[in-house]
Amino acid sequence: MRLSRRSQWFLRAGVGLTLAFIYIPLIVILIYAFNAGKTLEWPPDGLTLDWFQKAVENSGARDAFVTSIKAALAATAIAILLGTLASLAVSRHRFFGRETISFLVLIPIALPGIVTGIAINDTFTQVLGVDLSLFTVIVGHATFCIVLVYNNVVARLRRVSTSLEEASADLGADSWQTFRLVTFPSLRTALVAGALLAFALSFDEIIVTRFTIGAELETLPIWIYNNLFRSNQLPIINVVAVLVIVISVIPVYFANRLTREVGGAAPTARGRAPTEAEAIAVP
Amino acid sequence: MGRRLSDLFHSHPRLQVGGLLAGPVGWLVIGYIGSLVVILITAFWQVNALSGEVEQTFTLDNFQTLVDEPVYRSIAGRTIAIAALVTITDALLAFPIAFYMAKVASSRMKAVLVVAVLLPLWASYLVKVYAWRTILSSGGILNEFLDPFGVSGPGYGNVAVWLVMSYLWLPFMIIPIYAGLERIPDSVISASEDLGASPMTTFRRVILPLAFPAVVAGSIFTFSLTLGDYITPALVSNNQFIGNVVYNNIVNNQPLASAFVMVPVAVMIIYLLIARRLGAFEHL
Repeated sequence: MRLSRRSQWFLRAGVGLTLAFIYIPLIVILIYAFNAGKTLEWPPDGLTLDWFQKAVENSGARDAFVTSIKAALAATAIAILLGTLASLAVSRHRFFGRETISFLVLIPIALPGIVTGIAINDTFTQVLGVDLSLFTVIVGHATFCIVLVYNNVVARLRRVSTSLEEASADLGADSWQTFRLVTFPSLRTALVAGALLAFALSFDEIIVTRFTIGAELETLPIWIYNNLFRSNQLPIINVVAVLVIVISVIPVYFANRLTREVGGAAPTARGRAPTEAEAIAVP
Repeated sequence: MGRRLSDLFHSHPRLQVGGLLAGPVGWLVIGYIGSLVVILITAFWQVNALSGEVEQTFTLDNFQTLVDEPVYRSIAGRTIAIAALVTITDALLAFPIAFYMAKVASSRMKAVLVVAVLLPLWASYLVKVYAWRTILSSGGILNEFLDPFGVSGPGYGNVAVWLVMSYLWLPFMIIPIYAGLERIPDSVISASEDLGASPMTTFRRVILPLAFPAVVAGSIFTFSLTLGDYITPALVSNNQFIGNVVYNNIVNNQPLASAFVMVPVAVMIIYLLIARRLGAFEHL
């Protein structure tokens, strides 16, 4: 689009301001992790690495970290299984209600978090009479992580031509052999990308988690939340906060890399090369 | 046995679809949709005032309480009002950067910006709220910067909730608008320019109408996420939102909590119906 110099300049300034708005809070929290002082006063009293040591030694934070990893791994495993099955059905078969599947996997993440939270809480405690635990957290996380695997795999299956699968069938392979030897290898990176995103989402989730977790348990975000109001814990929280950011952003970065390499090679059905946005976009 | 099963699936595609869908559809329909039905039912139960036990008999009392008590009315009003404000704020903030990404930036720059916008989306939600809690705290960085000008930041309260939520959900608005603008062919814009329209007119009469469904698509996220958040209000204000009331009642009065959660559910259903009519679903 033809824009005057002045409008281009305004637009660039707007972009710069928006990016600053997005990044400044993250930079602030990064600086606080090295803060020598114990308060949130700005500017920091000096810089130190001491709190990293103390955070690693903190048993509460360590236990919560392990709980978070367990929950995220289990939820991701379930999401991979269910997300892949659903995407294979939708991409490779025609059946009544096919269009509603995409909507169905989206609902748990599209509805406000408290709705999903209380729905799962209600069902377990009131109807099934099951006490809240790590298991109930995993059920909740898996439910809203399915869409991440599903979207990535559906996008990939749309790009991979069915002719290879047909050739495999014509050459006498059964459905399982075709899946194992033909379909699965072309899905691998999409699956890993979806799994990394599911892991990242589960790892820092708190809204649904607080509704579904057992009384004695803490995931890392819940540990942060429970300690926020204890001022002597603030320096350790600052460090843990940075760790949580790093642990959730690194998988997403790799997920993005994985889908970009493949995406760049093959144009989509719509005739344009898929942007990276598709990999890590809003579900 | 595996081979026979495989043959069976191959000769009966319907069985294969059934096999593929049983797990995911079972989980989501029986597990998740079933749970939504459970809260709908629980909303009509009641807690016995004396024993504290849940009585599983049909009553409209919870809804009556929510309508009659001014405190619940104002909490619902506040939550919905802030959700609307956050949505408008994000639309205004997101449009320029999305427009720059889609129509002005070079393809290299575009790729960088997409990642720059999306990565923070995945950087822990709670940590971002916490970052704002430190920024807005009385001796925090914002007040420190504003002090020389003789003004102070908003502190904790409704303004802080609005600011932080606008921050949190901004990428959810940028990406659909960017994708929507990407879809507008450059030739349409050139045509408008060639026919003599000023950039302003082209923007108003061509770009904005074509991008509007994408804005609505983004607003589904900003609106829904704000309605469902109870952590941000707890960390940067002393005010209650619908989510806080729901969370605080899950142990002692689950029926009331279930009834109150029907408010965001109803609001979102109406919102989604309108959004669909405006063509937003194509942009999700």
